[in-house]
Amino acid sequence: MDFPENLRYTKTHEWIAVQGNKGKVGVTSYAQQEISDVVFVELPKKDQAVQQAKTAAVVESVKAAFDIYAPMSGKVTNTNKALEANPGLINQSPYGDGWLFEIELANAGEVNALMTAQQYRDTVQQAPKH
Amino acid sequence: MLISKDDRLSFEKSKPGRRGVTLPRERFCSADPLQTVPKHLLRQSPLLFPEMSESDIIRHFINLSRKNFSVDTHFYPLGSCTMKYNPKVNEWAAHQEKFTALHPLQSEETTQGILEILYEMEEGLKEITGMDRFTMQPAAGAHGELTGMMLVHAYHASRGDKARRKVLVPDSSHGTNPASAALLDFHVVEVASDAHGCVDLKDLERHLDEQVACLMLTNPNTLGLFEKNILEIARLVHEKGGLLYYDGANLNPLLGLARPGDMGFDIIHVNLHKTFSTPHGGGGPGSGPVGVKKHLIPFLPAPLVEKAKEGYRWAKGDPRSIGRVKLFHGNIGVIIRAYTYLKVLGREGLLKVSEAAILNANYLKEKLKPYFQVAINGPCMHEFVLSLKSCGAQGVHAGDVGKRLLDFGFHAPTVHFPMVVPEALMIEPTETESKETLDLFVEAMKQIAHEIETDPENVRQAPFTLPVRRPNDVLAARKPILSYRDMVREKALAAEVAA
Repeated sequence: MDFPENLRYTKTHEWIAVQGNKGKVGVTSYAQQEISDVVFVELPKKDQAVQQAKTAAVVESVKAAFDIYAPMSGKVTNTNKALEANPGLINQSPYGDGWLFEIELANAGEVNALMTAQQYRDTVQQAPKH
Repeated sequence: MLISKDDRLSFEKSKPGRRGVTLPRERFCSADPLQTVPKHLLRQSPLLFPEMSESDIIRHFINLSRKNFSVDTHFYPLGSCTMKYNPKVNEWAAHQEKFTALHPLQSEETTQGILEILYEMEEGLKEITGMDRFTMQPAAGAHGELTGMMLVHAYHASRGDKARRKVLVPDSSHGTNPASAALLDFHVVEVASDAHGCVDLKDLERHLDEQVACLMLTNPNTLGLFEKNILEIARLVHEKGGLLYYDGANLNPLLGLARPGDMGFDIIHVNLHKTFSTPHGGGGPGSGPVGVKKHLIPFLPAPLVEKAKEGYRWAKGDPRSIGRVKLFHGNIGVIIRAYTYLKVLGREGLLKVSEAAILNANYLKEKLKPYFQVAINGPCMHEFVLSLKSCGAQGVHAGDVGKRLLDFGFHAPTVHFPMVVPEALMIEPTETESKETLDLFVEAMKQIAHEIETDPENVRQAPFTLPVRRPNDVLAARKPILSYRDMVREKALAAEVAA
């Protein structure tokens, strides 16, 4: 399973690509596999404030609905509208076209609470499969 | 060929101009609607219905029914759904013309019979559950939950206690619990389960504060386990000023044995279509009476039936009532069926129902234990949960076992629920199954366990013997076609793309 080195990861299986005071958020390739085929995505609204480790979006599969937590706090600047018509992008390209939303970071220091690719890979490999 | 090969939807069988019925002209066409109906109420476009002849329709639905699994044709161990047999005497009672010809707007004097049934049914439910008053209006379980949450809201509001915006649910709760609370804009907070599958008291205490409006609980819970700490749970919640809501979906093993009212619950809904043997799901409708303790009676939906000297009548509603939650008085036909069930069984019969439901579940659990992992060991109530987690290496999921069971003539158990158990298979045999049926089910499960080891592909590809095998549920969720209108639109779109 692929976990790009340039991203930071949460325990709840989101990734964030931090660039300056901006961050782009999605779910990991491990998460999309666990969620299985995504059929619906509820994204935050533009300008909405999100808080680190608090629900920011919902992803639904045939199995269940999953809360997606914001990896870092901030204000939503953009959402991936392509997901409305094609939620399967999350499965096909979790780090690319399947991104969820972009935020303007409120506190760049929060990144230190997140895992590196290596740390995340270790957690996922230890995690019980379910 | 016993089952028709024609798999088309009724929508796809439509042919312009075909008619199933001819309406009597003098009754339906004598008055010109343009003269009698105000113009703004007239349809602007014709009704969009598939057009079929009577024989088309009859064949369509009879053939569909022959493809169906139901409690009348198969063992149906769908966990938390209590798919018990629906006695036919219930149908006989509900079909009496003295009931079917009634109209809800008739006067009290001419409806004493049905008022008596509503009154007696309420008395029965009060005795079984230990609650003080019931409304019979809610049309199903989730509707009962919503009514319950409206009562919670009204109760706290009446005391000026406006800060209570939090509803607690265990992480094993039925999905309808958080959904019902969220509909009333309550903030839903999950309480963790402990290693024994019950509410984690420490976690509960951590979440309990002056903002908690209610804790919603199923007892026994969705793992089929009795919440032994219920008295302590009730004390903790009440101490903080919160209410306790009982989700009656799992009431089947408690009849005559234990009463939610005695456990400290303030509000409860009962699923007549589960515990009280009325038809279920697509064969419904359901019925979800809601009962409360004394302090909540004023808030109940109105009107309620009362017994006066001169007979039964509709009581005057309390001004604090949340109002009606359904037109008229509930799904009366369903209530008559449940009432019949109560009267046929009586106190002793109902007690045997629960004892046999518990015995059947424990028998199945013990018989299956050598072949599958049981989520929580120890005695269960009316249902239990297996985990297929260890079958991950073979790539077999709980849903695959459910599909394979269909080939053996058994409806699938509930799969992938509760969410606290990975790869869950939730099995509820109910009391109406014989030992022979349970043994046949065990044999089927044994063979499936063997196949998982030796030929997992066979389980992954199942079912093989059914007219429909694996519907594309992802496509169905992404692009649902739920009406004739949807299909016509979808076809027009496809034609446009093709052109």
